[in-house]
Parts: sequence; structure tokens; C-alpha cells
Amino acid sequence: MVEAQGRPPVSVRSVNCPNCGAATAVRTFGHAVNVVCQSCRSILDATNPGVTILQRYTDAVREEPLIPLGTRGKLLDIECEVVGFQVRQIVVDDVAYQWREYLLFNPYREFRYLTEYAGHWNVVSTLDALPEGGPTPDSSARSYGGQRYRHFQTAEATTTFVLGEFPWQIRVGDMTTGSDYVAPPLMLSAEVDADKEVTWSLGRYLRADEIWTSLSLPGKPPRPVGVFANQPSPSQGATRAMWRNAALLVVLATVLWIAHLASARGKEAFAQTYVFDPKTAQEASLVTPVFELDGRPTAVQIETATSLDNQWMFVGYALVNDETGQAFEVARDVSYYHGVEDGESWTEGAATDAVALPSVPAGRYFLRIETEGERTASPVRYRVRVVRDVPTSLWFIVAVVLIVIPPILASRRALLFERRRWQESDHG
Amino acid sequence: MTSRAANCPNCGAPLVYRWSSSVQTVCEYCRSIVVRTDVDVKKVGQVGDLPYDASPIQLSTEGRYGDKGFVVAGRILYQYEQGTWNEWRIVLDGGADGWLSDAQNAFAVSFLTSGLKIPTLSQAALGRSFVWNGTSFTVVSRTLAHYAGVEGELPFEYWDKTDVTFVDLRSEGADFATIDYSDEAPALYIGKAVDFDTLRLRNVRTFEGW
Repeated sequence: MVEAQGRPPVSVRSVNCPNCGAATAVRTFGHAVNVVCQSCRSILDATNPGVTILQRYTDAVREEPLIPLGTRGKLLDIECEVVGFQVRQIVVDDVAYQWREYLLFNPYREFRYLTEYAGHWNVVSTLDALPEGGPTPDSSARSYGGQRYRHFQTAEATTTFVLGEFPWQIRVGDMTTGSDYVAPPLMLSAEVDADKEVTWSLGRYLRADEIWTSLSLPGKPPRPVGVFANQPSPSQGATRAMWRNAALLVVLATVLWIAHLASARGKEAFAQTYVFDPKTAQEASLVTPVFELDGRPTAVQIETATSLDNQWMFVGYALVNDETGQAFEVARDVSYYHGVEDGESWTEGAATDAVALPSVPAGRYFLRIETEGERTASPVRYRVRVVRDVPTSLWFIVAVVLIVIPPILASRRALLFERRRWQESDHG
Repeated sequence: MTSRAANCPNCGAPLVYRWSSSVQTVCEYCRSIVVRTDVDVKKVGQVGDLPYDASPIQLSTEGRYGDKGFVVAGRILYQYEQGTWNEWRIVLDGGADGWLSDAQNAFAVSFLTSGLKIPTLSQAALGRSFVWNGTSFTVVSRTLAHYAGVEGELPFEYWDKTDVTFVDLRSEGADFATIDYSDEAPALYIGKAVDFDTLRLRNVRTFEGW
């Protein structure tokens, strides 16, 4: 910036309190309209060379700002000094909620606010343009800069404590109606001062540690409590990324599954028909000739096609490796019943059965078959067929379930976070 | 730029009207408000001490608006119940007059319009919208102000106003309008809200400690 040609630099001055005599430095030069005496907390009229008292401080409790007046630093890339502090409150269902507003000054820029509620911080700037959706606040959504903002809350706010200086009139007891609209991490707010003025502003949520670093404040900031109106969800973006990754993995699994379905040979390794007569032996057992299972370790399907008719049988298979003795066992109940009841025909079960054994290594195998049935039943013919390299789908289903569980949990967490956010709103 | 020189009718000090469109100026020595007529200049008033204000802008500050440069030629200072604001008269490249308003460093540049339908003060209620040149403007503030001082050259006589009412309007696209109800026929100024960076100001005031 070029050195001023005209007038000398604007110098810092101070005002003397007519109430207690203490001097208070003025930080905003000629912008200061009201200055709070740093000693007795009287609100002084700084525009008047005589300095008059506008409001005496009566409250017994003094609020101490977390950030001292006079603190300087860069917030959102603009150098600023904390020059004013006010506590404001809204009352909802007889409960008072208080938040704190720090006025930020730069001699060349518009005033900004830094607000704090329960450890949640926002840097707020006034807007030059009106949002879409109506210039006067109501509970419908607004759009600004292409972003949609949902209405959060409308409440009447009362100033309960002031400190420092302000470029406009300020008193304890001042009331304005404020409406907030959120699109985390942003918050659009409208403040209506009777029928005189509507001011729209935009707040940006900043983490307390970012504020502490920017303003070089000592110690640690208080931990935020609860979920704030425009606090970004910790899973914002992450949930979407997780779903995107999950979708990719499901596609990948599907491709593998389809390739597996297409490449499965379904080669018959053994087939033989047997008869089981439960009248002669309620439990029977036999061993098949040895057959070859070739190729990679793939699934083996054992099919049982029976002549069961209103009857059941139990078949136990043990697929035994002739060389190593390794056995894969599986037991099946096969039953088929049918009839007519009240003119309606019905069936239950099926006369055929198929079961797959996953990943059976190649080798020479035989089947040990055990059958069991009702003693009174008639003989059953059944054909056993062993098919090598059949397509299986269970692994695919399990994979899909495992893939979608993490994003489902994340979405659930995000949903709970949003629920906590909106619980605090007018719509909770 | 046609300068025209004269002497202050009060103290005799030289007066220079740097801009041909200037009608009024303030004598730098005796603070007489001097109005230029067709034949000579006459003293019409006196400026008291201007309130201690902290606008970063001053007479002869230069800047840019759109593709044109401008220089600050004069100023009207207003006071209202919440504080003060400045209307800086700017002269753009080519000689056009405009106004750079500065309310606690919230800046807007606007130009006097003519031929547009202007609502009455009672019609211009908070939240009401009006369309000018295809843009919808909504009333965002109504301000009762008092003239608090003048400085430099102005394109009209302005020195004895007392209470004036202003209505400010904004659009969804940073357009800015203000209606001045101080005269019988209200005046409508239309322009844009601008921020400090886009104005690219030079020769601004400096501040102790900054």
C-alpha cells in the first residue's frame, strides 16, 4: 500500500471513563462508537469528545473472554485484532443458551465475528449479496453461491454482556431475531433489527485448535461439547468414499463370480444308481469304486436323484481321498411328499438333492454312502452323481456382505451424527 | 480535466476546482463551503471539525472499479443512530461521477440513475423488492441519518441538509442500490457492493500499529 499523501497516520487514542476515571485504549480508531470501560464496565459513547455514559454495568457476574481483547492473528487469511466481545443468549423451552461473539477488526476490511458456543467456533462475515429463496428470513431453505442451506433455527437473541468496543451502538438487553441455515461447514445467518435492517452473514466452522494456532493463544482450547449446527460430520465425504470403494469391490467380486461361472467345467467324475430297501436294512452303508477328481482344487457337487414318493431318506456322504484318507463329509435329508387337501394339491420337499463341497484338491477319491429310512417304507432307487468343478456362489454372497458392512456402519454413524445435529434445531 | 481557479471569497486563499463537474468545494484553509456559479464563487457555509473517523479512504485516494480507474474528489459524512458512514465522491476515467460508500469498511460503488421509477419512502418497506434494468433489488435497510460534514469537491450544493432518509437495497448478485429521500424528488443510485481487494486502492490512510 502506498504511503498516505494526505493526512498523517490515524493515531491510537483512549477514552476516560466519567464513572471511574480509568482510561481505556480504543483499538478501532474512529470506528469506535461504543467503548466499554475496561475497569467499571460502563458502556461509553466514544463518538462524543466529552464521553458520556450510555449504560452502567450492574451484573454481579463478569464474563471473561477466552480470547483476550487485543489478540491479533490471521483468521481465514485476513489479519485481525479482537476488539469487542459480547455474550448473547436465546431462551428455548425456558432454557437459556449462551454463546460468545468476538468482534474482529482490520482497518481496511469489514468487521468480522468469531463466535463460540460450547467449544464450537465460527468465523462470520457479512454478505454483499442476498441468498436465493427470499430476502427476509423464514424457515424454508436458502441458496447462496450455488450451495443449498437448510433452515436450522430462528430465535430471538438478547445481548447479556459486552466488553471492548463496537462500531455501532450496543447495549446489554439489545434484542434481534436471528435465523440460521446450515450446509456444514458453512452457516448462513440472517439478523433482523426490527423493521430497520436485515443483515445476512456467512459463518465458517473452524476447529478450536485452528483458532488457537491462528491467534497464537496459550494452552489448549476447551473441548467442544455435542454437535454444532454447522459442524462438519467426521464421516462427511468419508462415507461416500467408502461406498464408492465398496461399489468397486462388489463390481470386482461380480466380475470374478461371472468369470468363475463361465469357466466352471461341470465335469462328471462318477455316476451310479443304487437301491436302498429299508425293510431289509434300516441303515445301510456302501463304498463306491475309486474315481478321479482332476484339475485345480475346485468345488465338487454331489447330486442325489431318488424315486422317493411320500417318503423320506437320509443320505450321508463321505468323499474320501484314497491316497491320503482325507474325508469331506456331508449329510442330507431327502424327502418328497404330495397330496390333495380340500381340492388343492400340495407338495413338500423334492425327490432330488444337490450339495457342493468347496475346494476339493485333485486326487483319487471314493464315496462312502450311508442311507437310512423308515422300516415300513418301500425300496428307493437313487442315483448318485459326482460333478467336478461346479460353479459356487456362497463365497460371492459372503464377499458382498463383508464388503458392504463397513460402509453400512459408517452411514449409520453419519446418520446418528446428523440426528444429534438436528436434535438441537427447530426441526428436532 | 478542466481546472478552474478562483480565490476563496472568505479568506482569499486560492481555490482549485479540479473537476469540471464540481459545483461545491471546501476551502482548505478556512473551511468555508464555496459554491461555483456561472460568474464567480460565493461562500455558502462553513464546515466544523469533521468527527474523528477511521475510513481508510481520503481525498485523492485512487482505485479501480471494473475496467476504469477513479480518484476520490470529495466526501459527505453522515451520522445515524448506529454510527457514521462516508459517501466518497469519485471521478472515474473519462470524467463520470460516482459514489463510493464506506460503512465501517463495507464498500459499494454506485451511480446516479435517471428515468427509473422510484418507490415512495413508505412503499420501500424492509423486504420489499423492486426491479430496475432487469435486476431485482430488495430493501435491506432504512436509515434516518444526519449530514455531519463535507470535504473536497462535490457535484452539487450540499451543506445545509439536516435529516435525510436512505433506503439501501441489495440483489442476489451483489448489486447495490440506495435511494436518497432528502430532496422532494428521491434520487436512485445503482451499482455494486465491492470488497477492499477488488478496489485496488492506492494512497489510503495508514493506521498506527497496522
